[in-house]
Amino acid sequence: MARAANKRQGAQTDEKGRRKNAAKRARALADRKADAMPVAPTMTGPQLDRHVDAELVSPSPKGGLKEVLANPYLLGLITKRFLAAQYAASVLGLMWSYVQPALRFLTYFMLMSLLRVHDGMPNFALHLFVGMVAVHYFSETWGGATRSIWQNRPLVLKMRVPRETFPVAAMIVAAVHTFPQVVILTIAAISVGWKPDFAAFGYGGLGLLLLMVFSAALGLLFSALNAMYKDFQNIVTTLMQFMHFLVPMIYPFSMIYRLRIDHPVMYEIYMANPVTQAVLMFQRFFWYPTIENADTKMPWCGHLKGNPEAFANCHIPVEFPPDMLVRGLITLAVSFVLLWLAQRIFKKFETKFPERL
Amino acid sequence: MATSIVVENCTKEFTLYYHRTMKAMATAAVRRQPLRERFTALNDISFTVEQGESVGLMGLNGSGKSTLLTLINGVMTPDKGKVLTRGRIAGLIATGAGFHPQMTGRENLFLNGAILGMSKNELNRKFDEIVEFADIGRFLDTPVSHYSSGMYARLGFAIAIHVDADIFLADEVLAVGDKPFKQKCVTKMQEIRQQGTTIFYVSHAAASVRSMCDRVLCLESGHLNFDGPVDEGIRYLQYDEAEEGLEATIDAELGADI
Ligand SMILES: Nc1ncnc2c1ncn2[C@@H]1O[C@H](COP(=O)(O)OP(=O)(O)OP(=O)(O)O)[C@@H](O)[C@H]1O
Ligand SMILES: [Mg+2]
Repeated sequence: MARAANKRQGAQTDEKGRRKNAAKRARALADRKADAMPVAPTMTGPQLDRHVDAELVSPSPKGGLKEVLANPYLLGLITKRFLAAQYAASVLGLMWSYVQPALRFLTYFMLMSLLRVHDGMPNFALHLFVGMVAVHYFSETWGGATRSIWQNRPLVLKMRVPRETFPVAAMIVAAVHTFPQVVILTIAAISVGWKPDFAAFGYGGLGLLLLMVFSAALGLLFSALNAMYKDFQNIVTTLMQFMHFLVPMIYPFSMIYRLRIDHPVMYEIYMANPVTQAVLMFQRFFWYPTIENADTKMPWCGHLKGNPEAFANCHIPVEFPPDMLVRGLITLAVSFVLLWLAQRIFKKFETKFPERL
Repeated sequence: MATSIVVENCTKEFTLYYHRTMKAMATAAVRRQPLRERFTALNDISFTVEQGESVGLMGLNGSGKSTLLTLINGVMTPDKGKVLTRGRIAGLIATGAGFHPQMTGRENLFLNGAILGMSKNELNRKFDEIVEFADIGRFLDTPVSHYSSGMYARLGFAIAIHVDADIFLADEVLAVGDKPFKQKCVTKMQEIRQQGTTIFYVSHAAASVRSMCDRVLCLESGHLNFDGPVDEGIRYLQYDEAEEGLEATIDAELGADI
């Protein structure tokens, strides 16, 4: 193999790799570079005996998310860099990450009102907003992480830094960008009488964990793939275009739930999407507790007004999948396996980064 | 003394991809041209270095010197064999430090220092010293993409040399600096050498290698063909056995240099 490469280079080498005319070339090079570096006299006195308090280990980073989190100072610096880079040349800076979601929110809201998709669905705006925040976090994480290695190739190529640092920093940036939206969401929910119960908190927590683990797995995997083939960042952008329609936010879940009888396979595929499940859980957390009060119940349960007990047991016909919890836990386990696999694949590709970037 | 670097039967191969786009790949496949080729940059290399040794690495262009340094540095891993090192490693390899072009010199200084293993306190403490050594003036707060290659190397070297590393790697990058700066660098390197830091020094300038190193490794097309005293190494590299007649004059020259 070396022979073939040498032939391509047009150089003749013997079996020890010594080129023809090696000595002559070396002399010429030495002549040309004779003044390239100056001479400094060796210092006098005995050399100090430096005691190095460390083991002989492989110099390359062990890798894995653990090592990334072990150096929070470095992670912080790189995260700050990501944030700064995004707004380097923009006047409004961080504002841009709200203008776009706000406009999209208004578009969907008006469109769906015109199409009367959410007739009879209380607090539809909140329903929509919850979904949009979740999808926003997901797409920022996935997209940002996917581009991260490529965008930081000067560092990846020259410095020994756990390469996972870059996708992880991208994930933190996504979380930072999403956080203000969560605050707005919380305020909005409280303003329409949000009273979450224990179950709501459980679902909220599970949904958050599920979304984080799944998007981390995808982000890590695609950051490595994108370093090898740049097509992947376009693939992600394309896939994200559909995400808003693949989760129940502009339409109620009951619509999908009704379809399961005729299209059981399609329903299973739809439900297998961890983002869908996370959105449902967030709606159970933020939105559902706001509609379970006396006022919103009136249209459906008004006739039971005389009987307080029956009225309390009467619910708006809002549906969540009955197996949401079990399915969520299984998907969470699968997502953890995916994350572990993504780390393995990342590690495998990592050694190829220097030649591909 | 403790072993500082162990390189054992290291082989590093690169895959050369000739075609980057799908279309180019398809055309090449139709014409039966190779899509890629393996290229052995380092071939079964073994050596050990003791703590405090100063090693010169010599060889023609493309012989694998920078590749060997990146393996020791840990940026790349060998395909076969293993590399082991003890302690903190710093240095400048190939075309300069890992700076981010959009970041200012100051930001890069902190980022680079953190990557090299310095803590926040350590960096704050040494900041003035580093800036003074780099001596790039008000360019410290401009993005490094506006730097000249000399300034780039200055800042990179200033950070690396202040890391208090146990192993210091210096590739030819410094060759782009101006004379006084280069002088400052080699003097500083002699200083850390005196303090017992292991040094790997790549240079084509024989006199400089002779003053800096106690030992020379000669690479030829990825083969480690010589490992020993400096003068013998330089002689090995520059003179064939066939050129016996030259030997006498060379010996005289070498003698004069020392
Ligand atoms: N990332 C890479 N991908 C493919 N080939 C590479 C890569 N890096 C180096 N090579 C090849 O490996 C060989 C050795 O390169 P290297 O940079 O180690 O040489 P060098 O001894 O440092 O040369 P110089 O004296 O010019 O600095 C070269 O032929 C080069 O083309
Ligand atoms: Mg080189």
